[in-house]
Amino acid sequence: MSEKIKRRDFLHGAVTTAAIMATVGTGLVRPRLALADDVQGWPAKAFDAKILSEALKDTGIPANVPASSKVHLSVPTIAENGAAVPLRVDVDSPMTVDDYIETVYLFVDKNPLPLISQFNFTPANGKASMQERIKMAKSSSVRVVAKTNKGELLGAVKLVKVTVGGCG
Amino acid sequence: MAENIGHPMIRIPSSAKKGEIIEVRSLILHPMTTGLSKDKAGKIIPAHFIQTVEVTFNDKPLMNVDWSTAISANPFLAFKMRAEETGTLGIRWKDNKGGDWSTQAKITVS
Repeated sequence: MSEKIKRRDFLHGAVTTAAIMATVGTGLVRPRLALADDVQGWPAKAFDAKILSEALKDTGIPANVPASSKVHLSVPTIAENGAAVPLRVDVDSPMTVDDYIETVYLFVDKNPLPLISQFNFTPANGKASMQERIKMAKSSSVRVVAKTNKGELLGAVKLVKVTVGGCG
Repeated sequence: MAENIGHPMIRIPSSAKKGEIIEVRSLILHPMTTGLSKDKAGKIIPAHFIQTVEVTFNDKPLMNVDWSTAISANPFLAFKMRAEETGTLGIRWKDNKGGDWSTQAKITVS
């Protein structure tokens, strides 16, 4: 009897393994980054867009966002290492319940995948401010779009020259 | 691999005045691979990257961030927060392979 159970366990195990391998197999063949394991709510479509115009469209941003003096984008003029370009964004806003910066989008025009990050703030932040380090494949414009809770769009663009690309 | 991933850290002041805007700095170890590069054998290194960062204060949502593969390895993240009450700041990072890390820091507001 114990022999039978073992055999059943073995068969069950074999079937499961085959199923997992089949799943992994299809996963590898799929050309896009987004797989079933994506974190819930992560906007895969916008992040998978390969050109800026598509990435803008997928985030609901028009191509002609006006530049605003309220958006402060700090990036180096020349980045020696494209694998880690320090970046800082500050947006002037009262950050009250009635008037705050809801989202800050960051794009690198010439990266293989232009959408870099999307920050969703709340009035409790007190300031719409963020710092991170990004990868840049080559010299490119870095583009910030801030969206207020009323849907107003504020932009800033800066050119960063990259000496050694960092998407390898 | 397990050695070089995770270990999230938060830096905030231990105390602040009510209404003061403080800076939160955080770091987590993660390879943040793009899926576009190859290893020495010419095999593509699969994309493995943090996709979301959720920030809470006293369990209420404060901010959330969506990241692409273009965030540098061992992601650094800094942002601001208005200190209104004593409590606990929590940050949770999740990656595209089921990785899930979180850590907390306390602040006293007077």
